Amino acid sequence: MLYAILCYHDEDFVGSWSKDQDEAVMKKLAVVQEKLTQQGRLGPVARLLPTTAAATLRKEDPPLVLDGPYAETKEQLLGFYIVDCKNLDEALDVARDLGAANPGGAYEVRPVGVFRPGGISA
Amino acid sequence: MSDTDTAWIETALTSARPQAVGALLRYFRDLDTAEEAFQNACLRALKTWPQNGPPRDPAAWLIMVGRNVAIDEVRRTRKQQPLPEDDQAISDLDDAEGALAERLDGSHYRDDILRLMFICCHPQLPATQQIALALRIVSGLTVKQIARAFLVSDAAMEQRITRAKAKVAEAGTPFETPGAIERSERLAGVAAMIYLIFNEGYSASGDTAEIRKPLCEEAIRLARLLLRLFQSEPEIMGLTALILLQHARSAARFAADGSLILLDDQDRSLWNRTMIAEGLALIDKAMRHRRSGPYQIQAAIAALHARAATPEETDWTQIDLLYGALEVVQPSPVVTLNRAVAVSKVRGPQAALDLIEPLAPKLANYFHFYGVRGAFLMQLGRNDEARVAFDRAIALANTSAEAAHIRMHIDRLIRDSQPKGANGGARQGAKAK
Repeated sequence: MLYAILCYHDEDFVGSWSKDQDEAVMKKLAVVQEKLTQQGRLGPVARLLPTTAAATLRKEDPPLVLDGPYAETKEQLLGFYIVDCKNLDEALDVARDLGAANPGGAYEVRPVGVFRPGGISA
Repeated sequence: MSDTDTAWIETALTSARPQAVGALLRYFRDLDTAEEAFQNACLRALKTWPQNGPPRDPAAWLIMVGRNVAIDEVRRTRKQQPLPEDDQAISDLDDAEGALAERLDGSHYRDDILRLMFICCHPQLPATQQIALALRIVSGLTVKQIARAFLVSDAAMEQRITRAKAKVAEAGTPFETPGAIERSERLAGVAAMIYLIFNEGYSASGDTAEIRKPLCEEAIRLARLLLRLFQSEPEIMGLTALILLQHARSAARFAADGSLILLDDQDRSLWNRTMIAEGLALIDKAMRHRRSGPYQIQAAIAALHARAATPEETDWTQIDLLYGALEVVQPSPVVTLNRAVAVSKVRGPQAALDLIEPLAPKLANYFHFYGVRGAFLMQLGRNDEARVAFDRAIALANTSAEAAHIRMHIDRLIRDSQPKGANGGARQGAKAK
């Protein structure tokens, strides 16, 4: 069974880290990741850019694009995609197509800051 | 308590500061009282958080404790009543803090912080005082840190901040919740203040760049904060994108000897890719709104530079068009001067020179005008005139790095005007300067 570990933290707090603090945290995380990599148990790792860079597509008809992160707590995170797009509009087009195939709920579109593909297969 | 614990608490206090001071200001309606209340709450936090662990909502905790302590202070001075014991005053805090956190709804939070920032960018204050006050009140930098960043003495900075506070108190503060129009006016003022803070740090020369870097970082932090509060404002997205994209280049802007390195000559591998990614994502998102403004246009120009892997790949035609748009929304001779650089790349130095000649009377004391003019003349082979322009630029240079950069141009002119191979010694001498 593969497990997804979703990272949550207060953005105000993380945003207050100095560059050195940020690097120190990333370094400590890298130690943990390295161990898993050597055991062949680590899949993709992504660090998302701040929620201010996010747009949300509500899968209504027609789909509604909103600024900011996804904020409806009555719905749950069910999965995620990583797609390669030229810009936000292209990424929203992909989300629209996905939304047409599977209406209801919403997609949050957030740029990825760090991406490591990892080496496991499901 | 280990060092990491202390660091954690300090970060929590810094990140909670704008909200907590903002709320305390709404409550006490006095900047000094609010600041003092926050300081006292921080002292309590340093004492109790290591023992009891972090509170659920640090900002709510600080607001609550700050308010209690300040009220006790007032009671003590007024009625000489005995103070309640420290622990008693905050004994039930866990529950109370949770309840308060729930009442601190988004709209109040937004207005508190906006008001706090707005007070600092009071139109009656000169720009330098606005920046100093914002760094002191919103960011919580110490007077010493701010004085260092502005390269003035502690005493002078203390005086500048005290004066600014007095002027703010005198002018009175609008505490009612602002209407839509007033809010957008305030927002524009706050955005301009953040832009000023950034520029103050960005315009540093090589020898002071390290000292002033914190100003740029603080401006980015404030811009991100403002953007979180107003997530659908394209101009705030543009401002944040602009300063991220500019700051991303900071490691490549100065040579080891402190001299300025122009965009074309910068080592692009030193640019901060994560910062560029965030800036590009934001300007991308802002553009989708189709409500362009000066910050967005400037960010779009910075984005075109950031997207070019080499100087040759820069899309100068697009940059020329964007400067043209900026001339419409924010006409200024400086904008035209910047546009001329793009024009020189697209249509050659003569076209660029024609564009800037009419600006001469307005920019008679502007360093960059003569630097740019000299560069165009040099490209046209009019070396004597170029020399005159460069001499004037040196006389107007604001920093040693600027002067050194122009001197390099002059050295090149001298070198080029020598008959080839005739005077190697002079060439070396010029270089060694």
